[in-house]
Amino acid sequence: MLDAIKFYQTGSNTVGNRLLNPSMRAVQASSDRPNTLISGHRACQGCGEALGARYAIDAAMRATGGQLMIANATGCLEVFSTPYPQSAWRLPWIHSLFGNSAAVGSGLAVAARVRAKKAGNTNVPRVIAQGGDGGTTDIGFGPLSGMFERNDDVLYICYDNQAYMNTGVQRSSATPPAARTATTQLVGEEPGNDWGKGKNVPLIAMAHGIPYVATASVADLKDLEYKVEKAMSFHGARYIQILVPCPLGWGSASGSTVTVARLACETGFYPIFEAEYGKITSVRKIRQQQPVVNFLKLQRRYAHLTGKKADPKVLARVQAMCDDNIRSFDLLGDEIPETMPVAVQAHERSHEI
Amino acid sequence: MLKQIEGSLGIAEAVALCRPGAVCAYPISPQTHIVENLGKMVKTGKLQDCEFVNVESEFSAISVSIGASAGGVRAYTATASQGLLYMVEGVYNASGLGLPIVMTVASRAIGAPINIWNDHSDSLSQRDSGWLQLFCESNQDALDTHIMAFKIAEEVGLPVMVCMDGFVLTHAFERLDLPSQEQVDQFLPPYEPREFLDPKEPISMGGMVGPEAFTELRILQQRKMHKALPIIERVTKEYRELTGHHSGGLLDCYNCDNADVKLIIMGSTVGTAKDAVDELAKQGIKAGIISLKAFRPFPYEALRAAIGDTKNVVIVERHFSYGARGILYPEVERALRGTGAQIHTAVCGLGGRAILGSTIKDIVNYSLNNKFSSEMTWFDVDTKLINSYLKDTEGVTLPEGPLPEDVLMDTLQKVRA
Repeated sequence: MLDAIKFYQTGSNTVGNRLLNPSMRAVQASSDRPNTLISGHRACQGCGEALGARYAIDAAMRATGGQLMIANATGCLEVFSTPYPQSAWRLPWIHSLFGNSAAVGSGLAVAARVRAKKAGNTNVPRVIAQGGDGGTTDIGFGPLSGMFERNDDVLYICYDNQAYMNTGVQRSSATPPAARTATTQLVGEEPGNDWGKGKNVPLIAMAHGIPYVATASVADLKDLEYKVEKAMSFHGARYIQILVPCPLGWGSASGSTVTVARLACETGFYPIFEAEYGKITSVRKIRQQQPVVNFLKLQRRYAHLTGKKADPKVLARVQAMCDDNIRSFDLLGDEIPETMPVAVQAHERSHEI
Repeated sequence: MLKQIEGSLGIAEAVALCRPGAVCAYPISPQTHIVENLGKMVKTGKLQDCEFVNVESEFSAISVSIGASAGGVRAYTATASQGLLYMVEGVYNASGLGLPIVMTVASRAIGAPINIWNDHSDSLSQRDSGWLQLFCESNQDALDTHIMAFKIAEEVGLPVMVCMDGFVLTHAFERLDLPSQEQVDQFLPPYEPREFLDPKEPISMGGMVGPEAFTELRILQQRKMHKALPIIERVTKEYRELTGHHSGGLLDCYNCDNADVKLIIMGSTVGTAKDAVDELAKQGIKAGIISLKAFRPFPYEALRAAIGDTKNVVIVERHFSYGARGILYPEVERALRGTGAQIHTAVCGLGGRAILGSTIKDIVNYSLNNKFSSEMTWFDVDTKLINSYLKDTEGVTLPEGPLPEDVLMDTLQKVRA
């Protein structure tokens, strides 16, 4: 984990590159950055996924000396980066299907090892498999778990924007409670996504006992880069889940992607941590705790929680969810949780929240 | 080298001779023994520079194969029945990406009702998947076809499904002649992928193609299929010259000279049929067998030549298309258009029901006595079993013996009336 940074820009929680000494600055500010996902792709304005992918893959390129290949699940990232006959990827890249990127990644890793061994080459190319939350937590979950349990030498990156954005914002098992999607609309007695559903894939990944699991966000790109580089220092199955706001799906302004992501972290809504071999090794502490309403009010998917007709009980429930995360992951304290935190969904289901 | 071994072991030995770099396994009967043996060979070091991956589903078996093939090594997997259906999305994807994966389908019926025994409904469900589909009549044929399949797949740039009858072949112990490693190395050069994922020369595979080019890509894929026909013939010729084995090819004729009736058959039934027509020949009945090896691409011209001026043609199908008729029939009809041949389908051997010599003889006699009244007729039917149901539910009784499809439909009209 990045050392605690005590200073940030006035009036915000931004730790800008300008405030850091050169050795700590993000490499995106360097003229020799790899630009693995090059400009010209078709992502929307303010796309969190494009931002997250660019930083994550560039960091992995640096960590591997450019010896890197990607298996990409179907989804926005695939569609916006490779419209025939163009490709925005400047590394070996394959898209096969929606639900199989982890398995395709395993196959690529096999091929890389076998080819290197035959050629007497010790420099074996590394593999990243990646997809959105739908391709990861839902349809690709079986192959993902299989890749984890075999401890295949693949880093899986999930770009989590909490719904199926590419098909038009439908609910996934990563969609938080009360959020509006096209399949959990703001109608009925309990508008938005149901409570007591969903799954916490980072914790499930940890339960596989794989070498490295981390969550990150596009609000702290330095931390994201650090985690990707850290992940590449391990061999075996690794998992990084990056919170990447989707202006279109979340109904947030395209200029506030990073702000929204930061508030997700600063409210306890999205715990940022890393774990090795099933044990949490660091937690990104909240710098300035914010009430969750500050996060919600920037997004139309939660319009029903912040407007005049808002139900304060539901808002309180979302706040309780964040408070639960803060307790479970000790997001405000100085400690690192000794035991694996219980998924917040468990507390929703048991009506503790 | 001659060995008395199980068909599955023979296939495993043949695949190992082809030096694959990745073998993916997920258990489903009756293909299990093939991958079990390959797993053992990798673990003992007999099969070197190869990784054996125990995956969690057939969907991942094909997906890991896709990744390995895209990564530039020979990839092999095997499946059957429900497993094939579970991997279908990847099956289509592999051909679209032009990856020369070789996969055994140990043909088995599809449920419900669940049934583990042989018919061809699994492999033929993938008729339009863009894979080459080669059927095998014996274990020697299957063993040899696997070795040829890698070469064909790599020359054509499409994946190949080697379809061998589950249990009947996979679990049968027979004398098999395995070519030597030197022979296979001479026949099948080290794998040189046309393009693969390589950090030295980055490419993007599997981009999104819209209406502006999709049709054209499909035409190019169809063109590969057309190219495959002569490639299969040439590779077969090379292989036969090298080993002396009479395996593979687009199709194979038995007893076809001056035959009064020709049966078109895929798979292990061919062996039974050859014995049956030998016995018929002693009675002066001239029946020929055409063992159809290549189902996709379909060898229209070769089939037309093989039928020649024979007027009675019966396709023995271990499968059919619900709400339609035989699956091979439309292809054969197209191949023989204008020849005046009478073409009929005999459906039998579903879900593992044995096709006996008597079945074949019945079909031959049925044809020569002009008894085919329908395009499709069901043979070896337990009429009593059907009637026990239909009598109670619809008040209908079907006649004993081969059941023409038209008779089945006529009884339906009686119910309506």
